[in-house]
Amino acid sequence: MAEPLSPPRLLPSGDSAITVEFSRTIDDAANRRVLALDRVIAAEPIAGITETVPTYRSLLVHYDPVRISFDALGGQLLARAAKAPPTETGTRRWRIPVTYGGEHGIDLEDVAKALKTTPDEVVARHVAGDYRVAMIGFTPGWSYLSGLETFLHMPRRKDPRLLTPAGTISIGGIQTGVQCLAGPSGWHLLGRTPVRTYQLHRDPTFLLEPGDAITFTAIDAKTFAEQDRAAEAGEFVAELVTP
Amino acid sequence: MSKLVVTSIGPASSVQDGGRPGSQRYGLTPSGAMDRLSLAAANTLVGNDLFAAAVEIGPFGASFTARGGAVRVGLAGASRNADIGGRPVAFDSSATLAEGETLTLGFARGGSFSYLAIEHGIEGEPMFGSLAVNARAGLGSPYPRPLQSGDELTTQAASGAPERRIEMPAATDAPIRIVFGPQDDEFAEDNKKLLVDSEWKISATSDRMGYRLEGPVIKHLDGHNIVSDGTVNGSIQVPGNGQPIVLMPDRGTSGGYPKIATAITADFGRFAQISAGRPFRFKAVTMAEAQAEAIKFHEMLRSLPDRLRGIEDFGLNIEALRDANVAGQAVNAVDVSTWQVALP
Repeated sequence: MAEPLSPPRLLPSGDSAITVEFSRTIDDAANRRVLALDRVIAAEPIAGITETVPTYRSLLVHYDPVRISFDALGGQLLARAAKAPPTETGTRRWRIPVTYGGEHGIDLEDVAKALKTTPDEVVARHVAGDYRVAMIGFTPGWSYLSGLETFLHMPRRKDPRLLTPAGTISIGGIQTGVQCLAGPSGWHLLGRTPVRTYQLHRDPTFLLEPGDAITFTAIDAKTFAEQDRAAEAGEFVAELVTP
Repeated sequence: MSKLVVTSIGPASSVQDGGRPGSQRYGLTPSGAMDRLSLAAANTLVGNDLFAAAVEIGPFGASFTARGGAVRVGLAGASRNADIGGRPVAFDSSATLAEGETLTLGFARGGSFSYLAIEHGIEGEPMFGSLAVNARAGLGSPYPRPLQSGDELTTQAASGAPERRIEMPAATDAPIRIVFGPQDDEFAEDNKKLLVDSEWKISATSDRMGYRLEGPVIKHLDGHNIVSDGTVNGSIQVPGNGQPIVLMPDRGTSGGYPKIATAITADFGRFAQISAGRPFRFKAVTMAEAQAEAIKFHEMLRSLPDRLRGIEDFGLNIEALRDANVAGQAVNAVDVSTWQVALP
């Protein structure tokens, strides 16, 4: 609670956006301040802000320069950032089912070898983790999670894959992630979830919010297939544990 | 119900509008027109909202046929040879296709993208309030992909309103203005100077996600990996090879390369129109100047309806017609094979 509230840096991202930077590195305390500022702005809106985009270490604030200038908005953002961050009350916690290894997690064996352990141990450690959505970006619903234990930290692949499946659960560097759409990735694929973090005609379209807490639960391939059909039909499949 | 049927079209052509901002925090790309001023001009010509959905047409030729009734269209952006059943049509003006008539458009001249707005708009199912195509995310309507020949754009029958032209500001080759940041401190001063002191060209491998630039190598002070943060239209990011990439409307919402500078809002559409291989320059301006220009740009968009003129007031259009005819000698509009792009 005694974290020093050094002021963030205000970096111009053109004439219609400000990057409010709390850290230059991946830093959980900085990410909490990013999300806190995001909540403060949502609670006490500043006229002229059109959209905010939280990332690991900074909050990108889009605004309309017709309504507010860089200097005026910058001053108001610094004032809000200087306030003690509101405590994270009512954090949502999701339990996300994952089928690990085999055809759904083609890198599990290699990850275990690289870490000089067994696939079961990798799965056990990944499932035991307590994660938080640090940011969502790149493609719709791609959720970057902080909280991966040091033992599972691994450099990204030298040759990124051009196509990885929808629902991929992977690790890369010091992060783990829930990927929604099929697409390119340089991370190591541990498994797949039937959960759609983004589904166009579902309410809500986006399941996870930056700041949500995440735990994983292992399921077998048969359960994956059943839940995949249910998710396709619009069910969350992910379980909301709290609140 | 009238329809405009796509009878031939090249790559990089899709339905676009003002885009779908508001969900970038979930990784949803905003998309939308590359050149918003030209989109707005095309829509103004046929009485639509400024940022209604229209056809964004890439550099190659295209043709459209009216079915089920007459269709009134507005043409703006990069000019082209244009005719309806052999009658020349000028850019920056509206025109009506009678049932069964075909609008034929040649290659883009002096730009990359033209906009074809349809009176009463294009019918479709908005996704996040927008019909804009974002092929990667499977978004866009009536087709969640670039247009192909045979596609049909449904609208209502032409109103019969008198045709209009619109007086657009004169084209300029002035440098593209930028403001430095957000990560210009990742570069030494002489490398920042290189960005504004050099001539650049846009690579042919560019697309709606990003324009790759070719020019001198810009070096980083301390490696090219930063922790991913948010991007905007016009972010100029510098990857490891030192050749900048300017992020365009289909950009990823976050990126992990240092962003040395950002193109200003007022010049973004003009930048998007620069053809591959054509040299251009950047010029750094202050934030105050960039924001003053953004406000002027906004006022220009709002003033578009005041720039409409009657088509009979032809002082300028004679020039436009002559222009079309002169350039028409460069290609044979009748022999489709001389300009039409084969689709895969």
